[in-house]
Amino acid sequence: MSIHDQNATLEPTTWHIGGRTLSSRFFLGTAAYPSPQVLQEAIAASGSQVVTMGLRRQLAHGAQAGDFFAMVKATGAHLLPNTAGCHTAREAITLAHMARELFDTTWIKLEVVGDAHTLQPDPFELLIAAAQLVKDGFEVFPYCMDDLVSCQRLLDAGCNILMPWGAPIGSGQGLVNPGALRTLRARLPGVPLIVDAGIGSPADAVQAMELGLDGVLLNSAVANAIDPVRMARAFKLGIESGRMAFEAGVMARQDMAVASTPVAGHPILL
Amino acid sequence: MREPDLLHPTITVVVNGTAQPTTARTLQDWVDAQDVLPTGLATAVNGQFVPRGLRMNQVLADGDTILTFQPIQGG
Repeated sequence: MSIHDQNATLEPTTWHIGGRTLSSRFFLGTAAYPSPQVLQEAIAASGSQVVTMGLRRQLAHGAQAGDFFAMVKATGAHLLPNTAGCHTAREAITLAHMARELFDTTWIKLEVVGDAHTLQPDPFELLIAAAQLVKDGFEVFPYCMDDLVSCQRLLDAGCNILMPWGAPIGSGQGLVNPGALRTLRARLPGVPLIVDAGIGSPADAVQAMELGLDGVLLNSAVANAIDPVRMARAFKLGIESGRMAFEAGVMARQDMAVASTPVAGHPILL
Repeated sequence: MREPDLLHPTITVVVNGTAQPTTARTLQDWVDAQDVLPTGLATAVNGQFVPRGLRMNQVLADGDTILTFQPIQGG
């Protein structure tokens, strides 16, 4: 194998989720950017192939309602609409059906919030909504807790993908419970796991990817950066780096020092 | 005094929480009277999602609640 061929194998490989093939593992939210243009540039810098959108109860007239949507569609990224703001399964199911019609996709990021302060998912309502939406033909991306058993229940209900939180939405705390994510990875091999929410810096994304998770979904960490476009690129590199490190195999930690320079056979000079 | 329009009586519907008069007979008529792209709007009547293709069958009655949703940015 030539060096050129060898380098080619070091490029990010494609992977599959929700019936689609992607090369990027970075899912980007579209909210809270300083301007639509910055958002557009951030999407380009991120290399993201999946962007999230929302729905609001409103009746904006004329072109204003469609402009933003058209701009995001023009990026060519797959759309992942969410059910943000829903507190019951019934609300989330209704909103998901509306999203399918508006965005012309069966993908849905299913959010059912159980606590107004932490925006923590309600695992019970989430499960009810997920089961119904799977029956209705949706590809459900459930925003869920990192609890193994509730994740298994979502899989039992027909979900093919899980999106456990890293930390409360928008908090930027990073991975508050990496042990739980490690457990999910170990117990659910083959299930696409996307860390959703709580990521603050590219280091958090690297950590998630090194744990073997399949992707990262974030919004605030890029949108609230001083330079969102540059931060989008920083996350892209971090996610690729973390994935490559996972594939390469991170060395095991040692309790004690282990000399890296071979010392056996060295002459004792002093 | 204005003659009442018996073919198109005015009813009151509650749109996203605000009462408004309308002579629309169906949800489709109501959407058509708005300055919006019909495909850029998702609708519900009395809490039930009404798909775009069924709006013409959704007859409006006095006091009905209409909810409209549009795409926005989201995380």
